[in-house]
Amino acid sequence: MNKIENVSRRFVLKGAAATGGLVLATSVGMRRAMAETVDLSYKTGASAMPHGVVTNPKVFVSIAPDGMVTIIAHRSEMGTGVRTSLPMIVADEMGADWTRCHVQQAVGNEEKYGNQDTDGSRSTRHFLIPMRQIGAAAAAMLASAAAKRWGVDVKDVKVENHEVIHVADGKKLGFGELAAAAAAEPVPPVESLKLKDPSEFRYIRKGKVQIVDLHDITTGHATYGIDAKLPGMKFAVIARPPVVGGKVKSFDASEAMKVPGVEKVVEVKGWPWPSVFQPVGGVAVVARNTGSAIKGREALKIVWDDGPNASYDSAAYRTEMQDAARKGGKVVRNLGDADAALKSADKVITGEYYLPHIAHASMEPPAALANVKDGKIEAWACVQSAGGTRDTLAKTFNMKVDDVTVHPTLLGGGFGRKSKCDFVIEAALLSQAVGAPVKVVWTREDDIQHDFYHTVSFERIEAGVKDGKVVAWKHRSVAPTIGSTFVKGANQQIPIELGMSFVDVPFNIPNIRCENPAIDAHTRIGWFRSVSNIPHGFAQQTFVAELAHALGKDQKEMLLELLGTEGPIDPRKQIDGQLWNYGEPYESYPIDPRRLRGVVEHVAEKAGWGRTVPKGHGLGIAAIRSFVSYIATVVEVAVDDKGNITIPRVDTAIDCGSFVNPERIESQIEGAAVMGISVAKYGSLTFKNGRAEQGNFDTFQVARIDDAPGQTNVWIMDSGWTLPPSGVGEPGVPPFMPALCNAIFAATGKRLRTMPIGDQLKA
Amino acid sequence: MLKLRVNGTEVSYDGDPSVPLLWVLRDELGLTGTKFGCGAALCGACTVHLDGQATRSCTLQVSDAAGHAITTIEGLHPSGDHPVQKAWREANVPQCGYCQAGQIMSAAALLAQNPHPKDEEIHEAMSGNICRCGCYKRIEQAVRVAATGV
Ligand code: FES
Ligand code: FES
Repeated sequence: MNKIENVSRRFVLKGAAATGGLVLATSVGMRRAMAETVDLSYKTGASAMPHGVVTNPKVFVSIAPDGMVTIIAHRSEMGTGVRTSLPMIVADEMGADWTRCHVQQAVGNEEKYGNQDTDGSRSTRHFLIPMRQIGAAAAAMLASAAAKRWGVDVKDVKVENHEVIHVADGKKLGFGELAAAAAAEPVPPVESLKLKDPSEFRYIRKGKVQIVDLHDITTGHATYGIDAKLPGMKFAVIARPPVVGGKVKSFDASEAMKVPGVEKVVEVKGWPWPSVFQPVGGVAVVARNTGSAIKGREALKIVWDDGPNASYDSAAYRTEMQDAARKGGKVVRNLGDADAALKSADKVITGEYYLPHIAHASMEPPAALANVKDGKIEAWACVQSAGGTRDTLAKTFNMKVDDVTVHPTLLGGGFGRKSKCDFVIEAALLSQAVGAPVKVVWTREDDIQHDFYHTVSFERIEAGVKDGKVVAWKHRSVAPTIGSTFVKGANQQIPIELGMSFVDVPFNIPNIRCENPAIDAHTRIGWFRSVSNIPHGFAQQTFVAELAHALGKDQKEMLLELLGTEGPIDPRKQIDGQLWNYGEPYESYPIDPRRLRGVVEHVAEKAGWGRTVPKGHGLGIAAIRSFVSYIATVVEVAVDDKGNITIPRVDTAIDCGSFVNPERIESQIEGAAVMGISVAKYGSLTFKNGRAEQGNFDTFQVARIDDAPGQTNVWIMDSGWTLPPSGVGEPGVPPFMPALCNAIFAATGKRLRTMPIGDQLKA
Repeated sequence: MLKLRVNGTEVSYDGDPSVPLLWVLRDELGLTGTKFGCGAALCGACTVHLDGQATRSCTLQVSDAAGHAITTIEGLHPSGDHPVQKAWREANVPQCGYCQAGQIMSAAALLAQNPHPKDEEIHEAMSGNICRCGCYKRIEQAVRVAATGV
């Protein structure tokens, strides 16, 4: 893997300049469904994303005369392994030997590479087929070049292990020897491509390929946004308005300028609230190193105008949300007549749940280096959306996109925060102001106090039971919306929020009503790994266990009963507006309770559901469809007599359809359980006087090694290649918290309806 | 002018002696393998060795590091093949990887002092290192592999 290392180091500042050698031909048209191969006949939402999909092998693959294959990674790497998995698909399909492949990161350029928004757990689901097509096209061009050289029919040659082989007489030509000739071949039309039979895969689904950055990561040579370097660069930190919508009234920089190492104090332009992805403004201290900049910032004297959100108070807001949830509001899904069914029910069960804001707190805070010079911008940053960042920079600075280059570095975690490029714009504004490259680093306090927060939510579910059956389901969800970050005054959840474990509830219940009472936002709301599935799913899956208890049933049996045994359910006609199905066509990705049943039954069996556990232990289960994957988790918890919890074991079954890299799926699910522990035990970000009350890992705690489960077992449902691929990065989080709280109920009889757990179990 | 010994090489720094060692390593010397995570000795991302002891460089004034042997992740092993680094790769520990330099430096210091730590000792030594990606299970496994070879 030496070659790969070299590339990722070289990437540090030279960026993803095209390498020499071959290059494979011209453009092919839009991707088309591959009718002749059954497993590829599904459609995804990929082409509906900005700039869609590019399957031009010329863009993604080049071969050097020494045979080294360079494959472009066009999505951002934040820990999911995508920078390895997608190029690996190309390599496998083209018959390349992975040890002779480089991975080269693409700069932001969606016209060239297709969509680069690395979020929504969609890299594999949108690019499995295109990457295979790119690999197959490259293989076909190599085969054709060899056949011509030998004067044989292309049918008589095969591509394997970095060579083209003449089947009959065994003669071979290496990729390097064929590079130039293959480059001169026309790109075969997509529909002519013959993709490998899955039995021929060498890397896909094997779980043997290690991430390409592994060596660099373990030796300190991997480059994140915070690590980017340019000669002569300056370092900056920014004091931002403590209240969203606030601004600088006046400031005095005289003391800050006396701090050794401080070179300049600059006011940073802020955009009015809602500022979308633009900076909120403030005062920047530019220094010879970040340590001096931080000290300089401590010496700044700033008078703020707090603006319209200065009274945001989490305790008062909770009451406001609760009132709204009890009153009701806009109907967003209606099936049958839930109110009538509730009225005539034998028994009505009600549950109310509250989940606070959470900060993303990726270990690498937002950080970017920018150089604005001669009418051009070059930036290095840990962004989930290199293409979007480039477009936003161009628009903000009134430049042509061709004059803006964005190099996505590795991301030290993203979780949705780094979809927003405010910090890159800050760096560019400061570079322009000081006439030198500037690196902006957010301190942890900056990160936690100026985040695009996970929403705060109040959920209320009522169910009516008649003759022992659940006949009515009425769910109200109150939460400030992501929409408010884009549109002033937006106060209802938008389709992407409604479509996450709320209106898409996968239960076979005859009367369902979902309501979304309005509530105004007073801070920046963003998306956090798995987004609204966290609050909606927590309420839904905790409530199922509450129902089970009320009806004297087993949690798992209750869940299976609600899922029923019927095929896909289609709520589209019962919904106000469009069902947001994670951006996917419903036909390829229907809501299928049977698949949820499948993971419930599988995980229950693997986890030994119903087994006798020691005193103080309990088992809990939860199952959620999110990002069009189906996932179920069983948590075993141990609660001691002081109310401390530990988690001896977690089992998770995931049905993500066709999959590529099972080893990375496991790591994502293991990590999701730990993130679930953070959310459940500690996750709370609160406001007082419009200001975030937490600032660092002492007040905003996250899980540490002692909190981690003793054992995490991941069970990947294997349906071969019969189902389209679906999400993996996010779906592991939502079922964890309800499974844990259901386990706690089993262990202690205490029902937790408010997150985080905090001291609720303390005697 | 401060003289520092970093990874066996003498270097000098002429800036404010009261800034944390972390920023001198990263911004002045270009040794960016040592990461920033909190600046308050809460996360372990900035862990280096000071005379072999795991030390949070974000809260250590650079002047206090003078006269000590400073080792960063880049200097842990000349070819990156310290047993802890090898174990980390064998167990495929990293996700985003950002915390891992700090994790590896904490683990290497632990094993230098206690070659066969018990599980509780591993937890104790590693509890100052946060991994937001949640690689803890594999971290624990890798420390054990580095200690015992299995
Ligand atoms: S950066 Fe030093 S402990 Fe977090
Ligand atoms: S691997 Fe991402 S923070 Fe540890």
